[in-house]
Amino acid sequence: MMPALAVFTGLVIGAIVIAITDANVIAAYGNFLRAPGTALAATWRSIASAYGALFYGSLGSPKELYQAIQIYRSTGDNAPFLRAIWPITESLVASTPYIFGGLAVALGFRCGLFNIGAEGQIGIGALAAAWVGYSITGLPQFIHLPLAILAGALGGAFWAAIPGYLKAKTGAHEVVNTIMMNWISFRLSDWLLNGPMKAPGYRPITPNIEPTATLPRFFPSPIRFHAGFFLALAIAGLVYWFLFKTTLGFEIRTVGANPRAARYAGMSITRNIILAMVFSGALAGLAGASQVLGVDHWVGQGFSAGYGFDSIALALLGKSHPGGVVLASLLFGTLRSGATRMQSLAGIPIDIISIIQGLVIMFVAAPATIRWLYRIRVERIEEVVLTRGWGK
Amino acid sequence: MAISAVRPRARAAFLNRSQWMGILFLAFGVAILLFFGRGLEPGQQAKFGLNPGWVSQAIPIPDLVLPVQPTIYILGSIALLLGGWQLARGFRSADAVLGVIAICFVVAFLTWAARGKSFNLVGMLGSSLVRATPIALAALCGVVSERSGVVNIAIEGIMLLSAQAAVIVATITKNLYLGLGAGILTGAIFAAIHAVMAIKFKVNQIVSATAINIFATGATSFISARFLEKNIDRLNNSGTFPVIPIPLLSKIPLLGPIFFENGIIVYLMLILTVVVHIVLFYTPWGLRTRAVGEHPRAADTLGINVFLVRYVNVILGGMIAGIGGAYFTIGSVGRFDEIMTAGKGFIGLAAMIFGKWNPFGAFASSLIFGFADSLQIKLQILRVPIPSEFLLMAPYLVTMIVLAGVVGRAVPPAADGEPYEKQ
Repeated sequence: MMPALAVFTGLVIGAIVIAITDANVIAAYGNFLRAPGTALAATWRSIASAYGALFYGSLGSPKELYQAIQIYRSTGDNAPFLRAIWPITESLVASTPYIFGGLAVALGFRCGLFNIGAEGQIGIGALAAAWVGYSITGLPQFIHLPLAILAGALGGAFWAAIPGYLKAKTGAHEVVNTIMMNWISFRLSDWLLNGPMKAPGYRPITPNIEPTATLPRFFPSPIRFHAGFFLALAIAGLVYWFLFKTTLGFEIRTVGANPRAARYAGMSITRNIILAMVFSGALAGLAGASQVLGVDHWVGQGFSAGYGFDSIALALLGKSHPGGVVLASLLFGTLRSGATRMQSLAGIPIDIISIIQGLVIMFVAAPATIRWLYRIRVERIEEVVLTRGWGK
Repeated sequence: MAISAVRPRARAAFLNRSQWMGILFLAFGVAILLFFGRGLEPGQQAKFGLNPGWVSQAIPIPDLVLPVQPTIYILGSIALLLGGWQLARGFRSADAVLGVIAICFVVAFLTWAARGKSFNLVGMLGSSLVRATPIALAALCGVVSERSGVVNIAIEGIMLLSAQAAVIVATITKNLYLGLGAGILTGAIFAAIHAVMAIKFKVNQIVSATAINIFATGATSFISARFLEKNIDRLNNSGTFPVIPIPLLSKIPLLGPIFFENGIIVYLMLILTVVVHIVLFYTPWGLRTRAVGEHPRAADTLGINVFLVRYVNVILGGMIAGIGGAYFTIGSVGRFDEIMTAGKGFIGLAAMIFGKWNPFGAFASSLIFGFADSLQIKLQILRVPIPSEFLLMAPYLVTMIVLAGVVGRAVPPAADGEPYEKQ
């Protein structure tokens, strides 16, 4: 219930932010004493139009869907139906990289590592996947596609392995190092997109990938829903199995929960830290790969667009459990695709989502604030080790 | 602390640390000769300007002219000799020698880059200090906060929020000092939020700080998109602090233009570095702070209010970071751009660690980062055949190398990052 309350509180505060930054609302409160009703109505209109656009943009309207099904039944025309399901498929499309990214951060948390570098790993994974996708030609899809996906995973894994190695061998804190790797990846991709990987033309983007490297889509053109979503669900299952049913997963969790006990039990801290970082980076790389191969089909500047930072919120919200991460990703994917719509319909900057995310992280990390807010009695909760101090 | 047992044990390596250092020195020597020493025209000269490019109070002095080929050969040989000696006998303080060799490398690089051209050295050192300013303030914030035992990686976000608050207030009121005040206040508020989370609610400090960082990115971009972009002149165009030359001191050649012809925020940074050093090591408050950071239980037993000391230090640190944030807008460009701090807060943390949690150490290592930063700009002007994107990576790479402890390992305050539970 705590995560639900945290999200709810985040949305409420988001609504307040929307209202108090709305010029119409501010104007209406200018003569609050004379016309309090007008001011309150303006507040309500502001919030309702914003969140209305958010929900309409992310889920569509049930009425339209119902009518569309009627039309399809009576006339066999499926265009209204496709229009009606478009918002919800967009939400699933937005959720796909979130699932991978959230799993990446969650896997790190399980080993006591805070991988803030998902952002950079996603970017490098995307570049690697795109490179395999456009530079190799003439392969059948059942070889080319897995190869491109693998390249994405390897790219992310490599990018995460560097801070992982430094953490395990020298104790350099992964939080600072992964952030430095983020900045390095941004500069590197600037260089690649303006140089070696640039498509002919003036825009700094990669060439389009070959059709044989694309993730298959299920509906005709405007709908971008692709197989990456199911791959993400499958990987979530795999991560669950890995963490809770294999020896290596057990070791990684033990190192995260109690490094000292792990050491006495004969587990190698160094090895587990490096492996956890590598797997985490591979998952983040998959996020980039799924986005390139499934949605964009090319990589441009500013590709990762905050997915990596959002992933931190997802892992925290999902309590570092693959199932929880999937649910949190569906929620945030919905919010994100709705926020795009909200930006165009109600003129609310999409950054409101980051504000809400920051608040949600705070509330999830500090359940005491939520308990205090809603007067919930204290219960003993098992503490999950998330990360430690300066590599001591 | 319990985790200390966890650091991976050093295996019996086939080379010990001292020998690795020797090989590193030799590698530097070879690199100098190989990268910079090849294909030089004999008799070529590099001219280093010792007078700043701007109108300066300082007494002019003649420029420094170095013959390129001999300079590079001599510097390379020095590195090789020191490396050979390190392998054969070993220096007592290999870190200091590494510093000398790093300087040799940088000088050789500059001589190579400036061959046949002229290069304004004082101008670049001056801009190094200016570019080091937000990093040094971030590092100082880290020192103040972590010495009392609270890890604060929210500096990045705090600086971003302060930068925006400072420019908005300064533009509306047309008063830069009020803008600076707003930056400091913003820093205090968000540091206080972090403090409450870390001290009262005992939230994992890294997580709480990350939440602030994400919130800061979102909030500043939101405000930019909603207000600033439409009203640039009314909200986001403040102008910057003027350069105030200090009388007499600014007349000193070399040092004058570097240190004593700056804006107020650079002076504040220099003053705060000294003040924090004095407070931390020569006052009762500093003693309490360090006691709380090292052993809060013992401090508590002696009647020190652990929570109060931590709250005050974290909030003071936030105010210092607020000054650092104000530098980005009203101290340098006079307007706010999204995510303009570009990781400087995190680089400041690396400077803090490299400076071993000491104010002067943190300042000195900030200068290295500032130097790397201004060097890459100079090199772009000199048209060095390296893509600018790679030069831009330099500060981040330096941060990672520093953190990896290539140059000495630092020990953080013992209770750093540990919430204190009163018994």
